[in-house]
Amino acid sequence: MPYFAGIDVGSLSSDAVIIDGDANILGFSVQPTGAHSTNAAEAALAEALDKAAVSRADLAYIVATGYGRVSVPFAHKRITEISCHGLGAHHLFPDTGTVIDIGGQDSKVIRLDKFGKVVDFSMNDKCAAGTGRFLEVMAERLGVSLDQMGALSQQAQREIEISSVCTVFAESEVVSLIARNQPKAEIIRGLHKAIVGRVWSMVKALGVTGAVTMSGGVAKNQGVVKLMEAKLGQKVHIHSEPQIIGALGAALAALRGGKA
Amino acid sequence: MSLTNKLQFSFMKDLGAPALMALNQAGKKKRPPKPNPHFGPPLKSAKRLKEIMTRHYFLARYARGARPVAWVTSGAPVELLRAFGFYTIYPENHGALCGAQKMGPKLCQAAEEHGYHPDLCSYARIDLGHYFTGITPAGRLPKPDLLFASNNICQTVLYWYKALAHYHNVPLLLFDTPYNFRDITDSDVSFMSAQLEEMIPVLERVSGRKFVMERFQEIVQMAHDTSALWGQVLATMSHRPAPMTIFDAFVHLAPVVSLRGLPVSREYYKLLLAELQERVSLGIGAVTNENKRLMWDNIAIWYKVRDYAELFASKGMNFVAATYTNAWAETIHYLDQAKPFESMARAYGLVILNNNLNHRLGLMEQMIKDYQVDGLVIHSARSCKPYSVGQYDMKRLLMERLGVPSVVIEADITDSRHYSEEQAQVRLEAFFEALEN
Repeated sequence: MPYFAGIDVGSLSSDAVIIDGDANILGFSVQPTGAHSTNAAEAALAEALDKAAVSRADLAYIVATGYGRVSVPFAHKRITEISCHGLGAHHLFPDTGTVIDIGGQDSKVIRLDKFGKVVDFSMNDKCAAGTGRFLEVMAERLGVSLDQMGALSQQAQREIEISSVCTVFAESEVVSLIARNQPKAEIIRGLHKAIVGRVWSMVKALGVTGAVTMSGGVAKNQGVVKLMEAKLGQKVHIHSEPQIIGALGAALAALRGGKA
Repeated sequence: MSLTNKLQFSFMKDLGAPALMALNQAGKKKRPPKPNPHFGPPLKSAKRLKEIMTRHYFLARYARGARPVAWVTSGAPVELLRAFGFYTIYPENHGALCGAQKMGPKLCQAAEEHGYHPDLCSYARIDLGHYFTGITPAGRLPKPDLLFASNNICQTVLYWYKALAHYHNVPLLLFDTPYNFRDITDSDVSFMSAQLEEMIPVLERVSGRKFVMERFQEIVQMAHDTSALWGQVLATMSHRPAPMTIFDAFVHLAPVVSLRGLPVSREYYKLLLAELQERVSLGIGAVTNENKRLMWDNIAIWYKVRDYAELFASKGMNFVAATYTNAWAETIHYLDQAKPFESMARAYGLVILNNNLNHRLGLMEQMIKDYQVDGLVIHSARSCKPYSVGQYDMKRLLMERLGVPSVVIEADITDSRHYSEEQAQVRLEAFFEALEN
């Protein structure tokens, strides 16, 4: 039986998904990209194949996506993460009309038609505000892990505003808040609000249609998700592994012979 | 104006410039351009265009003291200055030239070192950077005797030209055009035409020449005819395949912008139009395999024009229309030599950047239909806020009304430090994927 692989080489993580001819997910992997994209792609693919118990020789087609898609020499085709996130989200949640992807280096909002085809999209500009990197910088500054941020933010007693949208300025602002002994939980909640506010301008610009699916690593952060839901006035779909949606979309494109 | 300068200028104009340019050409090895299979045969008129523009900048070096020199904004009613024989320099055109030669960041930085903010329009920063350093790809620009600005394109020009007036210690004439929120009124028109009439004594003083109404009327007529020809040039792109690309038009735009009202620009467009009409009749396209037709919004990304031309052509996509190039054809039918001041007020008061967004939306809708446009590439230019504001609404509305997909590229006209190759690439590729599916 032929199998299909999708590899999403992002700025922070490289993810791979293996599917069979019926689009069932057999295995996946999330690896830090580190300093070498090709190695990260290899490592992610090897682990995903291992989990899926599929040998590399049985892969009929491989599609690469993400910023590092050009650094995957063994891919048959390269497709943008915009099309891939659309495909992946539509496959997991067929009623998806809007995808909000908050990745490591950029965030984007994608509007889909009922077949999962990209109708329109918006991406953040040349700036880390409103991305996973923004939270990563702040987590480091606050001495907490990225995974803890969501739960910590739920403990906030009061609302505070982080007024800077720029990562560099916001970090200075966080330093001042730490100096004033502002509780961590409140600072984190303020940061979540800042990131949602930043992404929200893209959501507004594009308009929301249908159900909303969030993808990317930041979708694991319950604090961000809750704030986004409150803004949207509707629940959002979150897959248990939101980071692999791009790679899944790439695998689905591979199944279609490389058609986005 | 000194006699020596006048003699020198007239010698260079008639004999020196052509001779030196010929010599310069002869010295260069004729390297035939690498044939690109995605492009049709190059435009023959391009050679003449190069001659005209090279000569214009070349002669500029000898203009000071021989002719009154004015520095002018792209949207200013230059016809009035032509009546006094001003030699005109367009800092925006010069900025585009610097941008295309990838000199933008260097000149912008020079202005920033003098305290000008990096968020200031990069045409302004290049021009001020040129003032501080003297660096220019054009050899040397003549110092102005007069500055002439119109805020019909933006408010920035007012402060930029005020700075120039301060540095050069020369008079600044401002043509103030009320923004057109709904419809232009008679009082708007009289406000604007009165300003033009009030400028005459200043222009007479600076140029040392008397105003002659008949001469002015001829120039207005010539500008009208030139712009009408430019409109016809652009209209040839409504044919399939389009005989030129908008990337060509960005370059062939130079005479109608900066030599409008002079016979040379009118004659040039006759030549270009004839060539394009011939290409249409022979079915010669600018892009060999034109399968998608696109529209461009906003000023060009000057340092990327060539790369983009090649990228889109390799996909069989041709840009056949742009609001930017259209701007020099759009309002010019208002020009009427029988009522020169009043008609100029309308022609210049109603330019796209001084007109409301509903007008712009309607214009874009019409162009998409007239040119059978399949998709829209929107340049959100960091320098040009009046052009970039409202683009996201336009994008959404054009999708809703006409189902035309579009993509926004965040960049700058000349300051490539504000351009991210990877981010632009991913947006464009996603746009291609959406268009191709």
